[in-house]
Amino acid sequence: MAKFRKDGGRALPGLSTSSLPDIVFMLLFFFMTATSMKEVTYKVNINLPNATQLTKLEKKSLVKYVYIGQPKKEWVKYVGTESCIQLDDEFVKDADKVQTYIIDKRAAMNEDDQGQMVVSMKVDKDTKMGIVTDVKQALRNANALKINYTALGK
Amino acid sequence: MGKKKRSVGELNASSMADIAFLLLVFFLVTTSMSTDKGLARRLPPPVPKDQINEDIEMNKRNVLQILVNSNNDLMVNGEVLEVSKLKEKAKEFILNPSNSEELPEKEVGSFGSFGNVMYTKKHVISLQNDRGTQYQAYLDVQNALVAAYDEIRDDFSMQKRGKKFADLSEEEQKEVQKIFPQKISEAEPKNYGGN
Repeated sequence: MAKFRKDGGRALPGLSTSSLPDIVFMLLFFFMTATSMKEVTYKVNINLPNATQLTKLEKKSLVKYVYIGQPKKEWVKYVGTESCIQLDDEFVKDADKVQTYIIDKRAAMNEDDQGQMVVSMKVDKDTKMGIVTDVKQALRNANALKINYTALGK
Repeated sequence: MGKKKRSVGELNASSMADIAFLLLVFFLVTTSMSTDKGLARRLPPPVPKDQINEDIEMNKRNVLQILVNSNNDLMVNGEVLEVSKLKEKAKEFILNPSNSEELPEKEVGSFGSFGNVMYTKKHVISLQNDRGTQYQAYLDVQNALVAAYDEIRDDFSMQKRGKKFADLSEEEQKEVQKIFPQKISEAEPKNYGGN
């Protein structure tokens, strides 16, 4: 007959948690370095278009963003339903404002980096090209020729 | 002089884990791993104000004209075409494999380590879209054209070096880019064909 010990017997040694902070810190540092915060709060709806020949946007500091899309519901009463341009946190009615915005942003950059500035265009896929063309013209006039149409892979 | 050694009380580090957890959770929530990807393009430099806009006469065979109207239909050199077939059409146009009279004329150029190469030096792809064109349709066209160039460069590198374009040395990549430069011209915007 097998012998069963009923009276508890050996006490379970306490689990040592002293290495827990180390592990957590390791994870913490990983996420801290890998993280990239959202640039702004979108005020426009952006469903990104699809494409296949994508290149990665490197060096976040060189990238400036222009958002185009229909305003979100809570903003419709201020700006209407027409597609809008968003720069940083503000709506811009006039595409010409993009030009001054980009020039200002570039002036604020490091001089060495100014030539490498990339403008990332995040545009809703149902937007009409008219507004996009206007923005492109503004970018040309601002001499910001490197652009990147943000898209999702297929 | 004898000094009494006072024992330093041990630092209580048990809350360290809590603090670290808190930070960890914060970064976990705010993080977004996906880096932005997109179609990289270069805009033409601005036109000087005093320049009179003259349409430069191009030999018709050297131009692939792509029009996109407000219904997102495509017209390539006067023919309606599906976007899915645009890539092949563009490749044929850029390479002119059959030495056709209709397609761009070929010239011989010398390119560094690649020696003499026949290439269509004067070809231009002209892209025009309406103000009412949908952005996705426009991007599809751009995507097809970039894909055509990428495939041509890849094929060429494969043929000459047995490697993909991305695996070539920097110098070789530059040479290949010179042989097949992306010549996509976007005309000054015009409004035609309603909204």
